[in-house]
Amino acid sequence: MTYSGFRILAEALRGHRGWRPLWRDPDPQPEYDIIIVGGGGHGLSTAYYLANVFGQARVAVLEKGWLGSGNIGRNTTIIRSNYLLPGNQPFYEFSMKLWEGLEQDFNLNAMVSQRGVLNLYHSDGQRDAYRRRGNAMILSGADAELLDQGQVREMYPFLNFDNARFPIKGGLLQRRGGTARHDGVAWGYARGADRKGVDIIQNCEVTGFLIENGVCHGVETTRGTIKAGKVGVAVAGSTGRVMARAGMRLPIESFALQAFVTEGLKPCIDGVITFGAGHFYVSQSDKGGLVFGGDIDSYNSYAQRGNLPVVEDVAEGGMALMPMIGRARLLRSWGGIMDMSMDGTPIIDKTPVDGLYLNAGWCYGGFKATPASGYCFAHLLARDTPHPTAEAMRLDRFETGHVIDEKGVGAQPNLH
Amino acid sequence: MLIPHPILGPRDAQEFTYLGDARLLERPDGLAEDAPAAFHDYVYLRDNPAGVHRELWYHEHGDRSWLVVTRDTVTHEILGADLVKGAAS
Repeated sequence: MTYSGFRILAEALRGHRGWRPLWRDPDPQPEYDIIIVGGGGHGLSTAYYLANVFGQARVAVLEKGWLGSGNIGRNTTIIRSNYLLPGNQPFYEFSMKLWEGLEQDFNLNAMVSQRGVLNLYHSDGQRDAYRRRGNAMILSGADAELLDQGQVREMYPFLNFDNARFPIKGGLLQRRGGTARHDGVAWGYARGADRKGVDIIQNCEVTGFLIENGVCHGVETTRGTIKAGKVGVAVAGSTGRVMARAGMRLPIESFALQAFVTEGLKPCIDGVITFGAGHFYVSQSDKGGLVFGGDIDSYNSYAQRGNLPVVEDVAEGGMALMPMIGRARLLRSWGGIMDMSMDGTPIIDKTPVDGLYLNAGWCYGGFKATPASGYCFAHLLARDTPHPTAEAMRLDRFETGHVIDEKGVGAQPNLH
Repeated sequence: MLIPHPILGPRDAQEFTYLGDARLLERPDGLAEDAPAAFHDYVYLRDNPAGVHRELWYHEHGDRSWLVVTRDTVTHEILGADLVKGAAS
């Protein structure tokens, strides 16, 4: 079933009786070539690219709950490729290019909207740092523009430019950045994988790994034993507890990140704005709600909710940046569990167990990475060599000293 | 969250700074032969449990003591707190 304008017209004339579920609900088979643990954004995109690009047909995605029930449905939907370091930026730019062709590729409207991401700066030092970052972005093939105060004022006149402590001096703008419809991304990848024969098996929790003599042969699940030539784990915030079942301790800790949305308002923010003096970012959804967030709650957590101190901190950041937000009423807030790595950069690599592969450590930047994460993980699973843009995202980089620490804060996950 | 400070009684968690797993108190021997591997594990690897977690909190806006707080990472329930010096390791 391919979506098109004609199809919608035809279904309208037939009373919409022709629509079918987007994917099957199969029972697990006894054996697959490749099993992906985790039916979130990254797991589903991995399966999609395995089937559509790397020609792997016998693939299953095992999901503990329902499809897309984790962070793919709980984020602030921002896509961007505005990183600095060589091990990171080419990967995120690869992801941005995949976003740009995504809807045509998987034939579903993911509402990818390149409305621009603006990072504000508030001092000369920060301006210089952004100039450097912008140059790094351009070197990787991305776009970047350094704006002065007048240009930012023209775009967003309501910002608090004359804040006594953190006056807005300008910003770094990536026009190709923006937002996407997060659930649509999960649905598009799931449908595209299913159409190529991937089994998406929901309500199937992995309870253990079949590991003999350092080789992984499959998984134990709540729906029985499933054998596999290769097993790839992409479970984000649950990485610690899933990989503990394979006897592994990882350079990862789990923390809760909160996000917030206001009541629907008239259009007032047409892009994404981030505050450079605190941690606060905001955009406006197509329904009119202001979607915003800030720092993670600072302590280890597996609860999909946060606490009041961070709510206050985020609200303070919002008020400092755009005082008019104080007139908006908060509608909802929620939390998701982030797999915070020790240098703030993800891991897409083999593990010390043969046949067991890991995709983790996305911190709170996993959504924008969804296409490239899946593509690079599929590349690794299918060919046993890393994709050129993900070569530095190694599990052993902490032993060898090749950490990729964008923020430069060291092995303190709650600070990344 | 309220942290039951052993000297000062229940205190708002906002008065504290969080460091992480209390196993950071068990610093490896820097002169041992396996020191590089031991320090890699010490600095970078974590148990990251879903459930009871012993962790270090610093009473920055209080008496500047280090506490080992025992807390459930799934429910956020705090099960106890000890001063680091008297804490069972």
